[in-house]
Amino acid sequence: MNLTLKIWRQKDSKTKGQMVDYKVTDISEHMSFLEMMDVLNEQLINTGEEPVAFDHDCREGICGMCSMYINGEAHGPDRGVTTCQLHMRMFKDGDTITIEPFRAKAFPVIKDLVVDRSSFDRIQHAGGYISVNTSGNTQDANATPISKHDADEAMDAATCIGCGACVATCKNSSAMLFVGAKVSQYALLPQGQVEATDRVKNMVAQMDLEGFGNCSNTGACEIECPKGISLENIARMNRELLKATFKS
Amino acid sequence: MSKFFTSSIGRKYAMALSALFLMFFLLQHFAINILSVFSPNAFNEASHFMGTFWVIQYVMQPILIFGVMYHFIMGFILEIKNRNARVVKYAKNNGSANSSWMSRNMIYSGLAILGFLVLHFIDFWIPEINTKYIQGDMSGLLADGEGYRYYEELTHKFVNPLRVGAYVLAFVFLSLHLMHGFSSAFQSSGVSSMRKEKLQAFGKAYAIIIPLGFILIALFHHFNH
Repeated sequence: MNLTLKIWRQKDSKTKGQMVDYKVTDISEHMSFLEMMDVLNEQLINTGEEPVAFDHDCREGICGMCSMYINGEAHGPDRGVTTCQLHMRMFKDGDTITIEPFRAKAFPVIKDLVVDRSSFDRIQHAGGYISVNTSGNTQDANATPISKHDADEAMDAATCIGCGACVATCKNSSAMLFVGAKVSQYALLPQGQVEATDRVKNMVAQMDLEGFGNCSNTGACEIECPKGISLENIARMNRELLKATFKS
Repeated sequence: MSKFFTSSIGRKYAMALSALFLMFFLLQHFAINILSVFSPNAFNEASHFMGTFWVIQYVMQPILIFGVMYHFIMGFILEIKNRNARVVKYAKNNGSANSSWMSRNMIYSGLAILGFLVLHFIDFWIPEINTKYIQGDMSGLLADGEGYRYYEELTHKFVNPLRVGAYVLAFVFLSLHLMHGFSSAFQSSGVSSMRKEKLQAFGKAYAIIIPLGFILIALFHHFNH
């Protein structure tokens, strides 16, 4: 298929960017979206132009690196997939595809489609862990019984890959689905209880400090999340913060 | 605790609490207004009670005014903060693919409701305050002393078709606001999804029935007088 691509080009974080049009031809519908971008970049390199910078790593939908806003949706029009798993069969011959970086003040553009998501790392550093010495004295996994329901919910929350699609798609650039998932995965397990109060307070404080917007419960993040992280995690985070406030 | 209410989640809780209070107020307002359709006397009695009982006037009314002001002011503050959280807008954004129109446009339905409240205050609240607390007439009686004035005042306000049109339009916006606002208030309060599913059906019914009821009351008085 032949396509017209409208891509955000930005030299660096200080330079103003703009949308630039490109044509790509003979794209197979079996290609992934990133493979299509590879074809474009080879074409650009062959003509002496600067290739389009974009984030990618595992290309298996696990690492959370790819981050494009395609035709007005984070990770494109398919559901439950990252950009690397988005296939060209989702588009038609002759289509014009708009490709932009994930946009949020807390995700500044580094170059073209690459954004700085280290704000997520700083939120994680604020409390998204448990302090356990695992050097040789690891407890037996079955020593502490955990209900099936809680284990499943914690596992669902833990599948968040931190790609930032929730922030990108939220009209308010809110990071509450991400933080909600990270808080929930520990809040549901006994191992997470020891630091639960500090965790939620510190993570929410860091989230606010990073300049993310406020959640207004549109539910767009849940729909666009490639891992299907539920809004329930935001409700749980809210409960956890209220509980932590009263405890302290 | 002060840190909690200045955090993003604390503000969500406060918005949700003020919204729940306003929804409760709306329900009791509707319960009294609907009396005007069936029994002018019952409407007059209820209105006089609400207008003169000290708990309503000096405790509930200030709380209501605070709740309304807080909800609007915080709504605007959050909207500004949220807009600032994305400096460069998307060239193409397909919001309808993942969220409802109501949820994305709460600020506009809220602005329409604010406009209506200004009209409503001019129509009812300011004259009421003037009569009771400036002129000092707490009797609630008509100028000729023949019965209560509340029903007469209500029906008089709904003579003008432009005012009735404005009321109908405002309640359409209120319905749109509640369509998202009801379930959103419970989500913000941390209510679990299992309970929320049950509440959602109730919320949708509330968002349709209450505004529709207010519209029908306005139309009833317009066409009957």
